[in-house]
Amino acid sequence: MLAAMDTQAMHIANGIVNGPVSAIFAVIAVAALAYCVRRGRDDLDERLAPMAGLVAAFIFAVQMLNFQVLPGISGHLLGGTLAVILVGPWVGALCVSTVLIVQCLLFGDGGLTALGLNITNMALIGTAAGYLLVVALLKVLPKTPASLSATALIASIISVVAASQGFVLEYALGGTTDLSLPTISGTMAGVHILIGIGEGLIAATTVATVARVRPDLVYALRRFRSAAPTPTEVPA
Amino acid sequence: MSAAPLFLDRPSPVHRLAPEVKIVATVLFTIVVVATPREHVLPFAGFAVLLAIVAAIARVPAFWLLKRATIELPFVLLAVWLPVAGHGERVDWLGLSLSVDGLYGAWNIVAKGTLGVLASLLLAASTTSRDLIIGLDRLHCPSVFTQIATFMLRYLDVLVDDARRMRIARLSRGYDPRFLWQVKAFAVGVGALFLRAYERGERVYLAMVSRGYTGRLPVTSGEPAPAAQWVASAMLPVASAGIALATVLA
Repeated sequence: MLAAMDTQAMHIANGIVNGPVSAIFAVIAVAALAYCVRRGRDDLDERLAPMAGLVAAFIFAVQMLNFQVLPGISGHLLGGTLAVILVGPWVGALCVSTVLIVQCLLFGDGGLTALGLNITNMALIGTAAGYLLVVALLKVLPKTPASLSATALIASIISVVAASQGFVLEYALGGTTDLSLPTISGTMAGVHILIGIGEGLIAATTVATVARVRPDLVYALRRFRSAAPTPTEVPA
Repeated sequence: MSAAPLFLDRPSPVHRLAPEVKIVATVLFTIVVVATPREHVLPFAGFAVLLAIVAAIARVPAFWLLKRATIELPFVLLAVWLPVAGHGERVDWLGLSLSVDGLYGAWNIVAKGTLGVLASLLLAASTTSRDLIIGLDRLHCPSVFTQIATFMLRYLDVLVDDARRMRIARLSRGYDPRFLWQVKAFAVGVGALFLRAYERGERVYLAMVSRGYTGRLPVTSGEPAPAAQWVASAMLPVASAGIALATVLA
């Protein structure tokens, strides 16, 4: 599986969405990430720092697995939900955006001027939707590894589709070619439901294993911990 | 896979430039390309010539660039589809009814996308991942980012190595990887892979912390770019902005 790491672009390239809209989303992305940096700095203790790096590396690796859905339409995993479960929303958004920045600079995947668009979709919309769902689902479900993986599956599918609709919104605002929006929206949603299922299965098996063996590493379970927190613990 | 698969080790003036000036030049060049109106063809040819000059100075072979630029293929396929699916005024060409807006859209995506990918590839070919992070650090990128990026690039190797070890372990126990069925073994092993890589990474991290790591690796080589390097690298964005302005005003 990992041998098939021939990269293919899936992030938005230069010239798909026009300059002014790209600039607006770049400003939105910078502002939101600045806030994440402020909140994330408190979270990044000695347990979370290596975890954040590994989560980013993991997302980097799984984003290289491309699903060719139709000729010309491929999709890859986004990893936002996995990130929020393991490192929380702030550091999670930072992990996904780090992946996007490095992919853009070191691999030419995703346009430099489209970085704001890509970060808004995958690092902001994707992780925000994933986090809200995880918090809501964990409130009602029993606190077991099985329900955590069910949560990861559901949150992955919905957050991936939400992120894909972010592209539709950006294209509606500043698409360089006039296309029928319901078609794009439908195609993107259809493709990304399939991707979301694939992503959800990977996220679910991963968090289930981590929750069983090292529950102390799962950010989403921090608030439910009954034992006294360790001295290094920073309350979420 | 190593953390900098696209780096080409060549003794060239472009490789010797400090990473921060290369990053800034690439970003500015790409912005100029994207901001150029799509109705013109000549400026894009000019940009391509500029990139060819940079590639020649950096000693990056054209074939190497073209092969890596195929990363863009999904968007080229999208571009082929645009003239057929676009709206508005249509022209007939070889019996096909094509949308004018779609044709411009296709040209726009192919030209700007290709130039952007080539610029990024030249940056990647002449800069190691470690230098790239140093460059981002010198450009005052928040340390949370550079810290995550540093670990990410290091752990990528850990992750890939552990995946290979687990695969060899499976093979030596009679596992026979075939087509789609490998997905099952991958799915069963992915959680274990994550944990193994984490525990390996955690040990490395604690060893670093106990040796005085505070979130920033010591820079042992290279200095911030002197003014001459900024001037040299500014030639690319300045020349491209000149081309773009000249055609727009003409």
